[in-house]
Amino acid sequence: MSEPIEGHLVHGAIWTIKELYTYPNEYLYWTVHIVIYPFLTGLVAGAFVLSSLYHVFGKNELRPVSKFALVFSLALLIMAPTPLLFHLTKPWRALNTMLTPHFYSAISAFIFVYLTYMSIVVAEVWFVFRPFIVQQAREKTGYLGLLYKVLTLGSYDVSERALALDHKISKILAAVGIPAAALLHGYVGFIFGSVKTVPLWKTPLMPFIFLMSAVISGLAICIATYIAVMTFKKTYICLTTVRSMGKTLTLFLIIAFLLESLDIVFHAYTAEEFWAILSEIIFHRFSVNILVLQWGLGMIVPLVLLLIPNAGLIRSFVASCLVVFGVFMMRWDVVIGGQSMSRSLAGFMKFKMPILPTSIDAFREGLIVVIFLLVMPFVLLYVFNKVLPVFRDIFTEEECEIHTKEISRKEAHT
Amino acid sequence: MSLSRRDFLRMGFLAVCGTVIPLGSLEILKPEAMASLVHPYSKRKRWAYVVDTTKCVGCGMCVKACKLENEIPFNADVQRTWVERYVQLNSGEVIIDSPRGARYGYTSNDPQGRAVEQDEIAKGFFVPKLCNHCEKPSCVQVCPVGATYATPDGVVLVDRKWCIGCGYCITNCPYFARFFHPVVNTADKCTFCYHRITKGLNPACVQACPFGVRKFGKLNDPDSEVFKIINTERVAVLKPEFGNEPHVFYIGLDHIVR
Ligand code: SF4
Ligand code: SF4
Repeated sequence: MSEPIEGHLVHGAIWTIKELYTYPNEYLYWTVHIVIYPFLTGLVAGAFVLSSLYHVFGKNELRPVSKFALVFSLALLIMAPTPLLFHLTKPWRALNTMLTPHFYSAISAFIFVYLTYMSIVVAEVWFVFRPFIVQQAREKTGYLGLLYKVLTLGSYDVSERALALDHKISKILAAVGIPAAALLHGYVGFIFGSVKTVPLWKTPLMPFIFLMSAVISGLAICIATYIAVMTFKKTYICLTTVRSMGKTLTLFLIIAFLLESLDIVFHAYTAEEFWAILSEIIFHRFSVNILVLQWGLGMIVPLVLLLIPNAGLIRSFVASCLVVFGVFMMRWDVVIGGQSMSRSLAGFMKFKMPILPTSIDAFREGLIVVIFLLVMPFVLLYVFNKVLPVFRDIFTEEECEIHTKEISRKEAHT
Repeated sequence: MSLSRRDFLRMGFLAVCGTVIPLGSLEILKPEAMASLVHPYSKRKRWAYVVDTTKCVGCGMCVKACKLENEIPFNADVQRTWVERYVQLNSGEVIIDSPRGARYGYTSNDPQGRAVEQDEIAKGFFVPKLCNHCEKPSCVQVCPVGATYATPDGVVLVDRKWCIGCGYCITNCPYFARFFHPVVNTADKCTFCYHRITKGLNPACVQACPFGVRKFGKLNDPDSEVFKIINTERVAVLKPEFGNEPHVFYIGLDHIVR
């Protein structure tokens, strides 16, 4: 037993710290990428729902954010599968899932669900920005002109009839996109919910819990990014737009909170064999994470901030940032916390994220890649904003006032 | 003919009972409805394994033999089979460990590195473990590319050339029989030494055990010792509640075994 631990030989050993009795083969095999993957798909779903609120549900006060939310959801969607590529030990075989899909497995459908959703989002982006693309294709020269010409896909018809048709199609796409977004993310919840060996995951509520947290995180990141970008550009922000988003966020926040607590209350009440170790996780080992950061800072504080009337920009911004942070913590606690209970129910594992890329494994699952994955959606948004007028569709003060009045009229009516 | 509402209801009621009750009894008398819901083992002629924990001394020969036979780097802390030690103290405390999967055997009284006196121990025993080659393997169920599969003779295998390394199967095995192979980096696990058993040999661990703890053979084969034990003795399986129908059967299992 004097032999040194050759941790580097074993996948998972460098970031797993074992305590008490864990099976000899037991390491944290699903780590930070399995945290980021549902986090990103969740943001996609939420951002898309936000853009659809204007297109489908006629929330006119959301017009200034609807294009931005749509393009942001595309940027997030492009990045969503990349954590999985970093996670696989054989990433170059990823396409095997398409060659020999094994449909009993929840992951096998990923590419199909993903591509379906991707085509809906890309098509909607195209229809929404088509008039602009055509105009640019006619005016611009050089490489940029060529780019826009390619983007038109040869369709230069911007007659009133054509535009009306575009509008109708994008409305349909936005409507179809909502169940598709729900499917994409509910499905991610199913990937976890179907793992019967992890007590914290094995609940039919999982898809709904994931879906609700997806919606709140997507809404919140759009609110925060929108306020930040507009402030940075020194552009006028219509408070009514922000408050309307905040109101939707509050609604979903309440549902998300109820679902998550229902899950825990149910586990506590039925107190199956694993409750002993699960309660140790919730109330001791992950208590700061779950009770303070995920629920306290991530849900209750923002809920209070949003429920106090007359939320201003700063309050909305802070509440939104907290919600995004809280949802990230939720993903972390579910994925890492869930696995940190040994399957023997007699021990624990701790995750120590590799900071320095001292080996290939430490790089793949380490801090640098994590930062890259979390920053990239914003970089993509920046690039898209160079090509498409993502933030140009804003309200003037007069328009804002009109919508404010319209809303207060509607509210008085109900 | 006119019918009062009351008559109509009464006749209707009788007619419904008159058809449903005999039909219902037909349902009950169907042979498959009479059959038990308890399936002690697979109906197939498939491989199965018996571990007699009462004879295990924790020498770790099997673990060593497996590592060498199946080329799992010896020093790497992953193994296709391992031996667990259970120590229950007089105080009721239970200490479980399996240092290095027991590939060096248990040589001293130090569960979890704690010095435990002989007279503190109420009971203690060893439990060898390996992949249970489940009849309904949850690892196979979740593999997105079908790289892990069950053979018709009941052995669960991994195709190293096709595995993408997602780890879903590892996560979904209730027994943690799986791991990533340190050299080829794909999911790996016990194969019942498929390369040996298809040539009429025993798995390396069965061959290596000096105390006859590990037994291997075909189910539903009247000549098989394993089948005789499973059929006639009181045996148990690990974690039946997961519904995997594991096909490694244990003699002398205790409720503290995980
Ligand atoms: S013990 Fe685990 S790895 Fe082996 S067949 Fe059963 S589920 Fe699969
Ligand atoms: S790790 Fe390999 S064998 Fe296991 S589920 Fe993934 S692809 Fe299948």
